[in-house]
Amino acid sequence: MTTVTEWQKEAYIAGQAADARVNVELETDGMTLNIGPQHPATHGTLRVVVRLDGEQVVWADPACGYMHRGYEKLLEVRKYPQITTLVNRLDWLGSFANEVPFILAAERLMDVEAPPRAQWIRTVLFEMARIANLTLFLGDMGVQLGAVTPVFYAFRDREYVLNLIEAATGGRFHPNYDRIGGLKDDLPKGWIDECKSTMQRVRNFCDEMEDLLLGNEIFNSRTRGIGVIPKHVALDYGLSGANVRASGVDWDIRRDEPSPLAWKDVEWKVWTHPDGDSFARYWVRLQETREATSIVEQLLDGLPAGPIMAKVPRIIKVPAGEAWVHTENPLGEMGYYIVSKGDLGPFRVKVRTPSFNNISILPWLLRGVYVPDVITILASLYFILGDIDR
Amino acid sequence: MSSVLNPLLGVDLGFGWLAAIKILAVYAVVPVGALLYVYVFLFKMVSHMQSRLGPMEAGPHGVLQAPVELLKFLQKEDIFPARADRRVFALAPFVVFMSTFLLFVIIPAGPRLVAEDLDTGVFFALAVSSLSVIGILMAGWASANKYSVTGGLRAAGQLIAYELPMVLAVVGVVMQAGTMSLQGIVHAQADGAIFGVDVIGNPYILTQFLGFLIFAIAAQAELTQTPFDMPVAESELVAGYLTEYSGVRFLLFFMAEFASAFAFAAIGAVLYFGGWYVPGVEGLAADILGPVVMLTKVMILGFIIFWVRFTLPRFREDQLQMFAWKYLIPLSLVNILATGIFKVAF
Amino acid sequence: MAKFPGSGLLKGLGVTFKELVTPAVTVQYPHVKEAPPTRARGVIALKEENCTVCMLCARECPDWCIYIEGHNDKAPPRREGGKPRTVNKLDRFDIDYALCMYCGICVEVCPFDALFWSPEFEYSEVRIADLLHDKDKLGEWMEGVPEPPPLEVGAQKGKK
Repeated sequence: MTTVTEWQKEAYIAGQAADARVNVELETDGMTLNIGPQHPATHGTLRVVVRLDGEQVVWADPACGYMHRGYEKLLEVRKYPQITTLVNRLDWLGSFANEVPFILAAERLMDVEAPPRAQWIRTVLFEMARIANLTLFLGDMGVQLGAVTPVFYAFRDREYVLNLIEAATGGRFHPNYDRIGGLKDDLPKGWIDECKSTMQRVRNFCDEMEDLLLGNEIFNSRTRGIGVIPKHVALDYGLSGANVRASGVDWDIRRDEPSPLAWKDVEWKVWTHPDGDSFARYWVRLQETREATSIVEQLLDGLPAGPIMAKVPRIIKVPAGEAWVHTENPLGEMGYYIVSKGDLGPFRVKVRTPSFNNISILPWLLRGVYVPDVITILASLYFILGDIDR
Repeated sequence: MSSVLNPLLGVDLGFGWLAAIKILAVYAVVPVGALLYVYVFLFKMVSHMQSRLGPMEAGPHGVLQAPVELLKFLQKEDIFPARADRRVFALAPFVVFMSTFLLFVIIPAGPRLVAEDLDTGVFFALAVSSLSVIGILMAGWASANKYSVTGGLRAAGQLIAYELPMVLAVVGVVMQAGTMSLQGIVHAQADGAIFGVDVIGNPYILTQFLGFLIFAIAAQAELTQTPFDMPVAESELVAGYLTEYSGVRFLLFFMAEFASAFAFAAIGAVLYFGGWYVPGVEGLAADILGPVVMLTKVMILGFIIFWVRFTLPRFREDQLQMFAWKYLIPLSLVNILATGIFKVAF
Repeated sequence: MAKFPGSGLLKGLGVTFKELVTPAVTVQYPHVKEAPPTRARGVIALKEENCTVCMLCARECPDWCIYIEGHNDKAPPRREGGKPRTVNKLDRFDIDYALCMYCGICVEVCPFDALFWSPEFEYSEVRIADLLHDKDKLGEWMEGVPEPPPLEVGAQKGKK
């Protein structure tokens, strides 16, 4: 399967470093180009400052913070039930997945556990948030490479997933559906059947993307061998999610760590790719989307009956203590470290978002590539600005 | 065209009047062709390919949307960037537009319906079409914008690389027809025969298929349509040399882009698909049927141009150069060689 | 799989062509409207007679966009000859939709079922100040409030 061999990877990296060195030594009069904060390729307001020699990047530096909304501070002055609606807004494409680790951390502090039906529905919606997030990536990658059509297909089929999320939770983008000890509501009637047919639709979309982009010669030539991240570099920079799995690291928190959520009860597979280039990252996410549809279907088949809310006091006071819970979000590892002093709200919340760590590799990765490849790499690393700046 | 107009009006127009009428006619064709392409392909076909409907409100199925857009652009403010080279910036769109306009001069739409049937028609078309790169470079440089400069330079490099395979591909047609006049090429295809069967003449697509492929790819690059749209590349260079333009000047660029797509489709139809020729129709009937047939062919070729444009991703600049110099140019040389051998052998 | 150069490109062209001949999925919005799901959070409706001015919603709102004022009022006694009762009368109940995050916490915490979600969504305004809906306007939204949908198999009825 691998198409980029070990020596090719090393040659690529050595070449990048050598080019960068030569350009610095010769002191050619380069051009400094600001990619962003308003640029179509930065999905929002990321600013990447690159020094160019012709079309080749000599030096690159991501400048983030243009969308800083101060969420960690905001969470300190909110009560626990109010926080889920705020953390929805971190990674706004897969927003349901943001509230789950926070609720799990709060539940761990309170020592309550949601009933199994609630956990299963949480997992279903978590995976649907993953689908909603990754389908957009699958289409958007095409736009960044110049093919405008795939993103319309992505929006078309993502719409069905969002409709289902809205039917269950009431909110398309900001569900606010998790409560400490369970869920707000049960699923409405007919939801399961509709969900299954939507999963089939998403799989068709994946096939379409495979025909439209993955098998495309131009797509291949634009992504294969571009932005190679070797395994150890990926680990050194603290990448997570599909970015690290595309570099051949077999690491998925859903599988590797005990969690009250229902992933342990279904059959699924963690996809990895040995290449570590942009193509591998696209390929891994495509497979993950397919895998997520199968997880959702299996979970819906075995959905246990019962209550969806554990017994919790009406006014939620979380006992003093500290808890750290992380989950495998669509973009990578997301975690919350909650420090509670026994009040109505947390004393301090540290949010670990995947995108912030994922873009930290940009200065290393962008050295020596061409301007069009900068866009390919930015697109394939896949970050959400709300997730970087918080 | 004089042979149509003079009997029609019953007077012998002088050279001056005739020239004025010709210029006006060609001027009229440019926006009409551009609007037709914009509406049919950019608004409707692409929308349906992307599972949506496109403009539906202005007129039935939004047919009036394209003229409305035109009016909208005319109303907008004509902004000059503070540090732009004002004169060059102002002039650049007209240079691009002029190149497009000149292309239409030699395109025959019927046996007698052509503004000027030059003896070196093909040569003129290819020479004039590459004039636009000067305008693009001017636009890119004068905008005082890094993205625009990069876009302009990319356009220049690209047009130089793709002008060559295009010329070499067309050489095959010229060799087979034995003339460089576009009318002459149409007549040569009409008179030709496929292995002795003389029903539809001999459209050169059959004998020059390789040449047509090279011509199509090179034309796609010349028109800066995806997969060769690096000079404008929305996702990389924002809009390349177009970034700083607004209002009527942007409109000129935009119209030139679609009008030259129209013109290249027309040239392709003439060179490879027999142009206006309808088998078995001659005289006045050919004058009426010819333009219809020609337009149909132009629309079909336009469909292919925009179908490719909205499906494929774009190349990288170095891959594009490699593709032109390593594959297209050798292939077109092989095509010339093969054409030469066949020409001598048969 | 036999592959010739460009086969991937042709496959992609096939996908878009197939889409060209299948009908579009979009609807022409102002003429055709898609019905939102019953649980959709469109606008908050107020059932004024149920409100007891307990201020719970205003306090729990994460961005404090609910403004409530009330006063104590004497109501006629329940029984003949009894003492007049004291009830809370609602003077003002405003929701500023320019601030609202549509989280639904107010609807959930309301202990007397005075607040409901309605899937109406067409109330955009030219002036931002007009997005402040007073209690009469909030009362009008009650018309669109749907019955809660039946639940999926396996759900437990009764209290949450």
